Amino acid sequence: MSYSGWETVIGLEVHVQLATKTKIFSGASTSFGAEANTQACAIDLAMPGTLPVLNKQAVHYAVMFGLAIDAEIGKESAFERKNYFYPDSPKGYQTTQLEKPIVGRGNVEIKLADGSTKNVRIHHAHLEEDAGKSLHEGDFRHGVSGIDLNRAGTPLIEIVSEPDMSNAEEAIAFAKRLHSIVTSIGICDGEMSQGSMRFDVNVSVRPTGTTELGTRTETKNLNSYKFMEEAIAKEVERQIDLIEDGGTVKQETRLYNGDTKVARSMRSKEEANDYRYFPCPDLLPVIVSDETIEELRRNLPELPDARQARFIEQYGLSDYDAAVIGSDAAMAAYFEIAAEKSNNAKLTANWTMGELAARLNSQDLSIGKSPVSAEQLGELITRIADNSISGKMAKEVFEGMWAGEGSADEIIETRGLKQVSDSGALEKMVVEVLTANQAMVDDYINTDEAKRKKKLGGFMGKIMQASKGQANPQQVNQILAQKLNELL
Amino acid sequence: MHNLTIAELVTGLQSKEFSSVELTQHFLARIARLDANYNAVITVTADQALKAAAAADKRLAAGNAPALCGVPILHKDIFCTNGVRTSCGSKMLDNFIPPYNATVVENFEKAGAVVLGKTNMDEFAMGSSNETSFYGPVKNPWASDSVPGGSSGGSAAAVAARLAPGATATDTGGSIRQPAALCGITGLKPTYGRVSRWGMIAFASSLDQGGPMARTAEDCAILLNCMASYDDKDSTCIDREVPDYSATLGDSIKGLKIGVPKEYFSEGLDADTEKAVRVALAEYEAQGAELIEISLPNTGLSVPAYYVIAPAEASTNLTRFDGVRYGYRCEDPKDLNDLYTRTRAEGFGDEVKHRILIGTYCLSAGYYDAYYGKAQQVRQLIQQDFEKAFEQVDVIMGPTTPSPAFKFGSKGDDPVAMYLEDIYTVATNLAGLPGMSVPCGMVEEKPVGLQIIGNYFDEARMLNIAHQYQQATQWHSLTPEGVA
Repeated sequence: MSYSGWETVIGLEVHVQLATKTKIFSGASTSFGAEANTQACAIDLAMPGTLPVLNKQAVHYAVMFGLAIDAEIGKESAFERKNYFYPDSPKGYQTTQLEKPIVGRGNVEIKLADGSTKNVRIHHAHLEEDAGKSLHEGDFRHGVSGIDLNRAGTPLIEIVSEPDMSNAEEAIAFAKRLHSIVTSIGICDGEMSQGSMRFDVNVSVRPTGTTELGTRTETKNLNSYKFMEEAIAKEVERQIDLIEDGGTVKQETRLYNGDTKVARSMRSKEEANDYRYFPCPDLLPVIVSDETIEELRRNLPELPDARQARFIEQYGLSDYDAAVIGSDAAMAAYFEIAAEKSNNAKLTANWTMGELAARLNSQDLSIGKSPVSAEQLGELITRIADNSISGKMAKEVFEGMWAGEGSADEIIETRGLKQVSDSGALEKMVVEVLTANQAMVDDYINTDEAKRKKKLGGFMGKIMQASKGQANPQQVNQILAQKLNELL
Repeated sequence: MHNLTIAELVTGLQSKEFSSVELTQHFLARIARLDANYNAVITVTADQALKAAAAADKRLAAGNAPALCGVPILHKDIFCTNGVRTSCGSKMLDNFIPPYNATVVENFEKAGAVVLGKTNMDEFAMGSSNETSFYGPVKNPWASDSVPGGSSGGSAAAVAARLAPGATATDTGGSIRQPAALCGITGLKPTYGRVSRWGMIAFASSLDQGGPMARTAEDCAILLNCMASYDDKDSTCIDREVPDYSATLGDSIKGLKIGVPKEYFSEGLDADTEKAVRVALAEYEAQGAELIEISLPNTGLSVPAYYVIAPAEASTNLTRFDGVRYGYRCEDPKDLNDLYTRTRAEGFGDEVKHRILIGTYCLSAGYYDAYYGKAQQVRQLIQQDFEKAFEQVDVIMGPTTPSPAFKFGSKGDDPVAMYLEDIYTVATNLAGLPGMSVPCGMVEEKPVGLQIIGNYFDEARMLNIAHQYQQATQWHSLTPEGVA
């Protein structure tokens, strides 16, 4: 950006849906994608006389997050009511935590592209319930607004950072780091497209070198890293332009539409609700005993840093490979199964980060939804490693597996992709090609030694062609070199 | 049959002197014939009642039926009843039919009790006179120009008029005890957390508590045996064994230490009411109890604290009534805001709106500390007053109300005068303590009540103490004219 003289200050509020089976205060299912209002019970509908009962699993997940970021755990936290009228908030208040959150101060270390690291302080994280969804907002006049309360009451932790980030890269690194942590410890499915993680971005700018914070705006509800990056860029630009044109930034809540790329003001500070927080009288304070904390700490799944170190140690992965695979819990789990099957970790890592990741990306699929299972990929890599097929053939086999044609071996069989590694057969093939191309052979012999190597490719091409691509290239290379040498 | 107590009805049913169907028909007929005089019942569930009675008779015939099997009762219309309209006394819920039972309703259903219908009440339990009900005021069976008390005025009047031998009720600031006193019956508000609040439409969640109303303490014990239970659907319900409240009714009260708070006998207490209460205390002395004057110094702060905390909680408890999912909805809303404002303006009565406004104000930014925060501090002080008192006494006694039933409209223009009706009752709700009211005399031909306040979970002892009094006195047996 060409805005010299300005620096940006960013803080994030991150909503993480907890992967509990049932809602935070009711027994209704939290699974995604059901028909509207089929997963909302009397409590979620705020029927008269119904009462909330706290889901213990949600409390444990929140504590696990606290332990993962080495935060203070609120041994006695409390729920409050945040009051406001909106149709997707059936009770007319959100049950959340304010004065006594379950997770106190903590730290998250982020790694930046230049290899440096930075610490982002966590102010706190609290438990709360998600709202439902209003459909066709704004069309109420035509009588077609709908409300889906399936999501109402889904447990969330809201993680509030300090304003410790100074550009979009850091904000995204932080967001990705949180994603890595919450999926690694298994408290969130990490499905961003389903809203499992949503980001509110607080942005302000100030002249470079000053310490006083500028007036901030909050852009709410971003659900992808890309939208976050775009929203930050737009907002920084808007604020600097505004100030440079003699205006002032107003404290406000903003929305960014990732599809239309349009950002707009939602409400100013003056229009903000008075939420009238007060302790929820239907719920007792949440007491988490030292024993529970210790038990959760003992059973805390492997954190991304530990996993990356282990991948280097156990599988001999490079730092880079270990970081890429090890930071994504689902990818790491996939990799470990495939590597065990193939017994070739390096090749498995290459395929997981390369062909598989690219294919998943192109179809916007999470690794959990991959049509090629980790076992299948492992089998494929076994066949590459034992020279049954070439890398090029492997790609074809992979396409077949992706299309559901069967296992690697079945596809190799039906497509006749078996690599020829029989040295007798290969030698015969090489001799035939040399005999048929005497002119090339003469040329090779007459070329001075330094340039001969370059001529080898021509022979390789002819031989592979003759074998219909099935000859083992390493072996052919060897035999060819030997035969040509004999002619010199 | 309608003059029999629940204890007597249980004996009659178990020994087949009469059937539950006969009993049910008898009470249904009384409601049909007499309730026009009282307006105590909002919804009569005759068909369901007769079916339940027939089923109860089968259980009784098979033997081993629970005590309440076949006994007809009424539920306050604040308890959700599966498939039966539950209005909470409000236009807002005039069309509301819950698809679930309150735990209290469920408990009675399991015991085989027969539900005759749902009783009238102040709208959302906000009132001390039953004048705020959307279904019109309930008339006191002792004086048709006087209020029955509130908010459980329908339950109290129905029991006094022998439309049912017992009824459920709720008490947020005196809503069981005050109408019990004004209608000459016995009512008990248990310790907060003793009776499940699941399915009981919330007014002020930290104060609301369900309890029984009947003519005698013995009958209240039988009802509470069924009503009290631990319920994991209510996080504030306390997991503690429910004793047999009937078992200890006959215990002697010799040596009982009764605390008499001087603040409950000060200015504002009607002289004749005071006299009746003093006579009742003398009766206890005669039975071997010791009267000890005590002080509850923060009593005067209880009404102001209550009228901050209760409306604050109510203001958010009642936000859900927005016309979106159930209940009343205004005609042809122009937009969302119009839907909210007109639905609530048309669906709620004045007293409810009044309290929502007070509560909203008290919780607002800039006022929270001065009102809600302060009130919570006062609440602690009041609780400490009681804790200190119970270090030296077993129970506390005094008047339930400052005077007998007042006339309709007499306090309508003066909310503060109306709120002072709760002066002796709200403190126990703020402290979460159990309290009960027992008929102890007649003033101007209207009943007045003796209030008994116990320590936490001391309901069995309170019922015992009340029962011993009723063994020696007849106030609870008096019958209003035109009822017999």
